[in-house]
Amino acid sequence: MPLIEVKNLEKVYRNDSVATSALAGVSFDINDNEFVAIMGPSGSGKSTLLHVLGFLDDYTGGEYRFDGKTVFDYSKDDIAHVRNQKMGFIFQAFNLLARTSVLDNVKLPLVYSSVPPEKWDEMALKAIESVGLSHRLYHQPSQLSGGEQQRVAIARAIVNNPNVIFADEPTGNLDSKSGGQVMEVIQRLHDEGHTVVLITHETYTAEYAERIITLRDGLIESDRKVMERRRAAEHFVK
Amino acid sequence: MTLNYLLKTALVGLKTNKSRAILTILGITIGITAIITVMSLGKGAQNLILGQVQSIGAKVLTIAPGRHPSGPSDFASTFTDSLKARDLDALQRKENVPHLARIMPILFGSDSVTYENNIHRPSIFGVTSMFADIYDIYPREGRIFSDEEVKGFADAAIIGSKVKEELFGENQALGQKIKIKGKSFKIIGLLPKKGSASFINFDDAAIIPYTTAQQYIFGIKYFHRLVVEADKETNVDQTVSDIEATLRASHGITDPDKDDFFVETQADAMEMVGTITNVLTLFLAAIAAISLLVGGVGIMNIMLVSVTERTREIGLRKAIGATDANILTQFLLESVILTCLGGVLGVTFGAGISLLASIILTKALNQTWGFTVPLTAVLLGLGVSAFIGLAFGLYPARQAAKKSPIEALRYE
Repeated sequence: MPLIEVKNLEKVYRNDSVATSALAGVSFDINDNEFVAIMGPSGSGKSTLLHVLGFLDDYTGGEYRFDGKTVFDYSKDDIAHVRNQKMGFIFQAFNLLARTSVLDNVKLPLVYSSVPPEKWDEMALKAIESVGLSHRLYHQPSQLSGGEQQRVAIARAIVNNPNVIFADEPTGNLDSKSGGQVMEVIQRLHDEGHTVVLITHETYTAEYAERIITLRDGLIESDRKVMERRRAAEHFVK
Repeated sequence: MTLNYLLKTALVGLKTNKSRAILTILGITIGITAIITVMSLGKGAQNLILGQVQSIGAKVLTIAPGRHPSGPSDFASTFTDSLKARDLDALQRKENVPHLARIMPILFGSDSVTYENNIHRPSIFGVTSMFADIYDIYPREGRIFSDEEVKGFADAAIIGSKVKEELFGENQALGQKIKIKGKSFKIIGLLPKKGSASFINFDDAAIIPYTTAQQYIFGIKYFHRLVVEADKETNVDQTVSDIEATLRASHGITDPDKDDFFVETQADAMEMVGTITNVLTLFLAAIAAISLLVGGVGIMNIMLVSVTERTREIGLRKAIGATDANILTQFLLESVILTCLGGVLGVTFGAGISLLASIILTKALNQTWGFTVPLTAVLLGLGVSAFIGLAFGLYPARQAAKKSPIEALRYE
C-alpha cells in the first residue's frame, strides 16, 4: 500500500459565492522512501496540494489517503496528532521561534507529542547533529545565517521520526550556496530512508528528487522519473 | 505538554515585550494596590476603634433613651427625655438589678467656656467620678470630683488638654475659675493629651458633675445616657434583662416593641463598629475594583495585539501538532501570568503603602495604629488578578486557538 494515495483530488475554494478551483482532479501515489518533487508555476495548485497532503486543509472532491486514512477519518485533535507524529514540515520562511534557542526550536514538536520530557534532549540533539549544527545548540535564530536557520527547521521536522517530510520551497529564501547545503541535507535524509515531498518552482531544485510531478492549472501536466539526479556533492565541487 | 514548558514559553513571550508587559499590568497593579491599601487601612481603623470600645470594658453597658434608630431619618428618636432620676433610683435598688455594681448618668452638649477674654467652645460632659474608670482617663494634674461634690451640685470642672491650651496657653490653669454658660467653675483637674482619634475626644472637653450640668448648664431633668457596670462579665446578659424589666415597670410599658429606651452592651457596640467599617471598606474596595476592570480591558487589548503579532507562530505550532487546546492554554496562561504578576506587585505596593500610612497615622493620631494586611485581602487580590487574567484573556486566547494553520502561516 502506498504511503500517499491521491485519486481525482479536487479542491474548490468558495469565497462569497465565487468558486475558485485550485485542484481539478489530480491522481498519483507516493510510496515509502520516495523523493518526489512537485513543480509548477505560481497558481498551479502546488501549495494547495501540499496543504491537503499535509492535513493542513481538507478537500472538496476525490480522495486522499495518507497511511490508509483520509483527513475525514480523524477528529480535529487527532489530525494535529497525525501531523505531529507522522509528518514533518519545512517552510520557505523557516518559521523558527524568535528568542528561542536552536535546541528549544527543535524540541517544539516533542512538546506536543506523547514523548516523555526526559527523552526530548536526546532526540533533539540527534536531529541537530544530523543537520550538522551541534555547535550552534544555544544560538538564537537571529544569530544564524539563512541556511543554518533552514537546517534548524529541518532538524525540527525530523525530530519526531515522521513517515514523510513536506518541504515547501525550502530554498526559496536562500542564496544558491546555502540552498545547496539545505538540499544536501534533504537528500541525505532521503538516502537514510525518509520519504520526502518537495514543492518547488525551480527545475534546478526539483532535479534533486527521483521523480517530478508537474502541475499546471490544477491538473498534472507530467509525472516523470528523473533520469539524471542532481547530487548535492557536485554542487560543492569548487 | 508539560506545565513547566508552558510557563517557560509564556515567560519568553512576556520577556519579548518587557516594557509593554509592564505597562499592561500597571492597571492591575494600581487596582490591587488600592484594594490592599483600603482593606488594610480599614482593618487598622476597625482594630483601633474596637480597641477603644474594648477599653471601656466588657462589663459596661449603656442605656440610651428612645429606641434604636430605624434609619438615618429616624435620628430624632434617640433624643427623648425618657431617662429620669426615678429610673436611676429604681435601677440602683438591689432587688431590681442585683448584679449592678455602679451606675453613672451622662449629659452631654457643647457650650462656650470663658476665661478672662478667651472663649472656647468644647464638649461639656456631666458625669460622676466613675467616668475616669469607665473611659480609663485620669487627670495628669489635680483630681476627680468626689461623690459628695456630685451630690452637692459642686462647681468643679476637669478640662482636656486642648481646652487648657485655648484658654490658658502656657499659664497655670489648676485652681483658676472659668465660666461655663455664665456660671463660674473651679478647675480641679487637667486631663492628659489623648489624641483626636479617641472614641470620645476628651482633649476638647470640659467635665463637670452631672447634677450641676442638669441644673445650670442644660437646664433639664433627664439624662442623655446611663452607663452601668455589672459586677461580672458573665452577668451582663442578666443585667440587660433586669434593666429592661425595671425600666418597663418604671415607665409602665407592657409591650417591649414600645420601649422608650434601649440597652447596648459593648458586644453590640463592637458588632456595630465592625459592620460599619466592613461596609465602608467593601464600598471603597469596590470603587478600587473599577480600576481592575479597566486594567482587564487593557490586558485583553494587548493580548489581542499579541495574538495578531504572533499569528505565524500560532500557525507553525498548529502545523507541527499543537491542538486548539494547546494554543488556548498557552495564551490563557500568558495573560494569567501577566495579571498575577500585576497582583503580586499590587499586594506588595499596597502592603508598603499601608505600612507607611500606619507609621504616619500612629504619629499623627498619637495612637498606636496597628499595621495589618488581612490574609483575606491578599488572597482576594491574587484571586481577583488571576480571575481577570482568565476572564479577559479568554477571548484573545480563543481567537488564537481558532486560527487555521494555513492562514496563519501565510500571514505576513
